[in-house]
Amino acid sequence: MKAITVTRLSKSYGETIAVDGIDFEVERGRTLGLLGGNGAGKTTTIAMLLGLLIPTSGQIRILGHDMARDRFAALARMNFSSPYVALPHRLTVRENLQVYGHLYNVRQVARRIAELAAELDLEALLDRAAGELSAGQKTRVALAKSLINRPEVLLLDEPTASLDPDTGDLVRGWLERYRDETGCTILLASHNMAEVERLCSDVLMLKKGCIVDRGTPDELLVRYGRDDLEQVFLDIARDRAHPQTQGAK
Amino acid sequence: MSGFSASARRIWGMMFRHLALFRRSWPRLVELMYWPVLQMCIWGFTASFLATRTGSPAALAGGALIGGVLLWEVSLRSQMGMSITFLEEIWSRNLGHVFVSPLRPGELVAALICMSFLRMMAGVIPAALLAWALYAFNMFALGPVLVLFFLNLMILGWSVALAVVSLILRHGAGAEALAWSVLFGITPFAAVFYPVSALPAVVRPIAFIVPASHVFEGMRAALLTGVIDWGELGWAFALNVVWLIAAAWLFRRQFQVARTRGALLSIGE
Repeated sequence: MKAITVTRLSKSYGETIAVDGIDFEVERGRTLGLLGGNGAGKTTTIAMLLGLLIPTSGQIRILGHDMARDRFAALARMNFSSPYVALPHRLTVRENLQVYGHLYNVRQVARRIAELAAELDLEALLDRAAGELSAGQKTRVALAKSLINRPEVLLLDEPTASLDPDTGDLVRGWLERYRDETGCTILLASHNMAEVERLCSDVLMLKKGCIVDRGTPDELLVRYGRDDLEQVFLDIARDRAHPQTQGAK
Repeated sequence: MSGFSASARRIWGMMFRHLALFRRSWPRLVELMYWPVLQMCIWGFTASFLATRTGSPAALAGGALIGGVLLWEVSLRSQMGMSITFLEEIWSRNLGHVFVSPLRPGELVAALICMSFLRMMAGVIPAALLAWALYAFNMFALGPVLVLFFLNLMILGWSVALAVVSLILRHGAGAEALAWSVLFGITPFAAVFYPVSALPAVVRPIAFIVPASHVFEGMRAALLTGVIDWGELGWAFALNVVWLIAAAWLFRRQFQVARTRGALLSIGE
């Protein structure tokens, strides 16, 4: 069964086309990476998936819910994390998680917070104000917020940005474990190619609002004759695409 | 969990977020009381001074003035309470998380209204106590009708705040100055300090469509003659319904426009 189905999705601002008729599907339990340079349409696509932005045309279905008509039913079963959206700085970590526990109607919210704190190593931070934390700690708290409702679909924008390699690795490991244990579907936008190779079962390469290539990380590496996704990314960004990719859209 | 209790819990979640903020920040609490108490000091002493110099009629007018100042704070604090609670979300760059949660726009508005009520009470009650202690003005002597005066003035504050929130949704933080200033623009036509008859005839129609002018005409009638003017209260309620419907329509429309234009992604800028 499909967790996410996107059909001919477009978004224009006047003459500017931010997303240009993209189609993709994500099976339940899979992790899809959205890759592309700045202005490729990743953030716009994620905003439309979250219901923050109304598409110019096209359809989005998440967990069977049409986002144009029934977005709140879908939003209750999904969540989102981005280091670019903050949590209230003056509230403690515990209070922030309580707020979102209430907003997502989480049962036994105190117990859920304790579970997340143990798993993401946040116990010592629970009673500290969110604004006093380091960037890496904030990212872990944002991740805890995104998992508060045990989401079936998780949208992550640069989830390990500003984390040191050790903590980044722990978070990636935790995301993998959460996905494998719960069957959660993850959509990940990242510029960290090693992270994408490790976490993603499928990758969409976006450029100027269009999908210019797609496949598993291994398929893309073979198709472009490269050893890592960073080189594939550069090939696409600098129009050095391998002949085999022509017409992939 | 039923739909109603789920909705109530989401509203409580938003209120909890703001109440926790007050628990951690005493200057915020002080700020709630500061202006209403200051207003009460300035206008209360002015009214007392006039009463001692000119006798009984001025004393009665002074009572009406203090009552006007107190009740107008109900509208002002309700409007600012709601607008500033929304602005707190923008300042903390938290709106992105709020709008991708299952919280419905109507629930957000309900939470803002509840917070606005608490903030208003935190400001107006100390000012009312001060009026009683310093000037022997007992607002509660108006009787049960006071609740209707309060209700009308709160609804007016919420309507104006909803319009301000709509403009912030549309134009971003650039419109935030309106949160402090917009209701002062209505003050000349609200008949707070003087009756509508004191206004030039040409602007009286403007005063007529402001719900607060009917509340204050009613308040003066109750204070000066002891008679409750139900006609004025009826007009206040009817006009408030119109204002609230117009503000709700504007909010709904601007929320859709903001979602279409992508303003929710960059609302703090």
